[in-house]
Amino acid sequence: MRLDDVKKQILNSQIWKSVFRHDYKDTQRNRFLQILDNVFLHLHPTRVPRHAVHYGYTWGMGGITFFLFLVLTVTGVVLMFYYRPTAEYAYADMLYLKHDVPFGMFMRNMHRWAAHAMVITTWLHMLRVFMTGSYKPPREFNWMVGVILLVLTLLLSFTGYLLPWDQLAIWAVTVGTNMARATPLLGHEGPFSSMLGFRPDNDVRFMLLGGTIVGPPALLRFYVLHCIFLPLAASVLMAVHFWRIRKDGNISSPMESEWKAVQSEEIARRKMADKTAAPASKPVSAGTPE
Amino acid sequence: MAEEQTADGGTTEAAAPQAGKAKPPLKAKGSQPSGEANIWRYSRRDFFSVAGWGSFFLFFTVMLGGSLRYMFPRVLYEPSTKFKAGPPGEYPPDSVSEKYKKSNRVWICRQQDGGFYALIAICTHLGCTPRWLETDRKFKCPCHGSGFRMTGVNYEGPAPRPLERAQISLSEDGQLQVDSAVKFRYELGEWGKPGSVLYV
Repeated sequence: MRLDDVKKQILNSQIWKSVFRHDYKDTQRNRFLQILDNVFLHLHPTRVPRHAVHYGYTWGMGGITFFLFLVLTVTGVVLMFYYRPTAEYAYADMLYLKHDVPFGMFMRNMHRWAAHAMVITTWLHMLRVFMTGSYKPPREFNWMVGVILLVLTLLLSFTGYLLPWDQLAIWAVTVGTNMARATPLLGHEGPFSSMLGFRPDNDVRFMLLGGTIVGPPALLRFYVLHCIFLPLAASVLMAVHFWRIRKDGNISSPMESEWKAVQSEEIARRKMADKTAAPASKPVSAGTPE
Repeated sequence: MAEEQTADGGTTEAAAPQAGKAKPPLKAKGSQPSGEANIWRYSRRDFFSVAGWGSFFLFFTVMLGGSLRYMFPRVLYEPSTKFKAGPPGEYPPDSVSEKYKKSNRVWICRQQDGGFYALIAICTHLGCTPRWLETDRKFKCPCHGSGFRMTGVNYEGPAPRPLERAQISLSEDGQLQVDSAVKFRYELGEWGKPGSVLYV
């Protein structure tokens, strides 16, 4: 009895009502409002078709990818408390995190495994979208947003690879960034770029590394890209990506029911046309196919 | 359609009310003959539109250019490409020295006939640092297994071309002097050029 009073008082308080502007009666309107009035949920569709929650259709891959992104954001921020992105400290801080910081190894490994998993789930999500034909109009714009998100995911993975600052990291990134030398027009070893005056110290690889070799400036640059620039860009595009799903008519449907309805309508229409056309003189265009 | 017409001078009826708003200052000059009301090819609206969008794009072009330039540092804290490698007598004939590999990424090599050449220790496949294997008499890259003979010519693994040679000369004080910014490439026929080999 007293508890009910407290509950009523809380639910009727100005603070509560200023946050939640709908009540909880199970009506269509309230269910819509719960989604629409929530800043985190409003990107999400207010209705989801029955087949869309079936795991066999979507694999839940987009959702899993987003969940892994959240895991990576949280564990990444945690790791940032102990990691200094300079050549003197980076490797030592990584070892410190691994061996001495409480739960440091757990956080680092979680970040690492989630990163591997996110690359895999992004590809699987892409595979599912391709196999269900969900890239077709009206979803072609969202497909392109997804392709950019895939690139951002791979770049996040690549920039994060350098941060442990061990031999594997330095040489893997050396190999990776050396490919940028061969960029057409913009890399100093690429086609036509010598005509434009590109040298090792002014081409696109130089801009990426902040030097001609994978040195301290490259570590700092990759750190900033990894922790600030790429996650921000990915977050903005993810917002667009999720919002577009709703705008493009929700998760793609096999259209089976609609297709059947259209088909039966068409059959009925033809039958009617046949009946009306038969007694009259046959127009050429109204020939009935067998 | 109507808007386009307005921009052209507001001649159509549909655009007339809109154009009327832009026109009054012009028409207000009573001394002007009415036939000259349309001597202005661009309305005030056009002017401000172009000026507004022009400054908008100019601002962001300059910002973009500045941001791009910002990413290219003027000063590099990297080892100098030019260095002295000691007196020539330190190196026996038919040998490869790894003494300056760690600091400058260059091997000082000496042929049997006494000629010096400096090989740049950057694998021509993807840029790793190969190792000199004395017993096998070859350079071997640990990344993908490219192999180079002592001359620097590739013979195994994925490397597409021989190692590059750096310019080698004698300094005024009689030491060997190497500049790895000046390169000689075998496939361009540059290995015979002066600077690619040094006879003391």
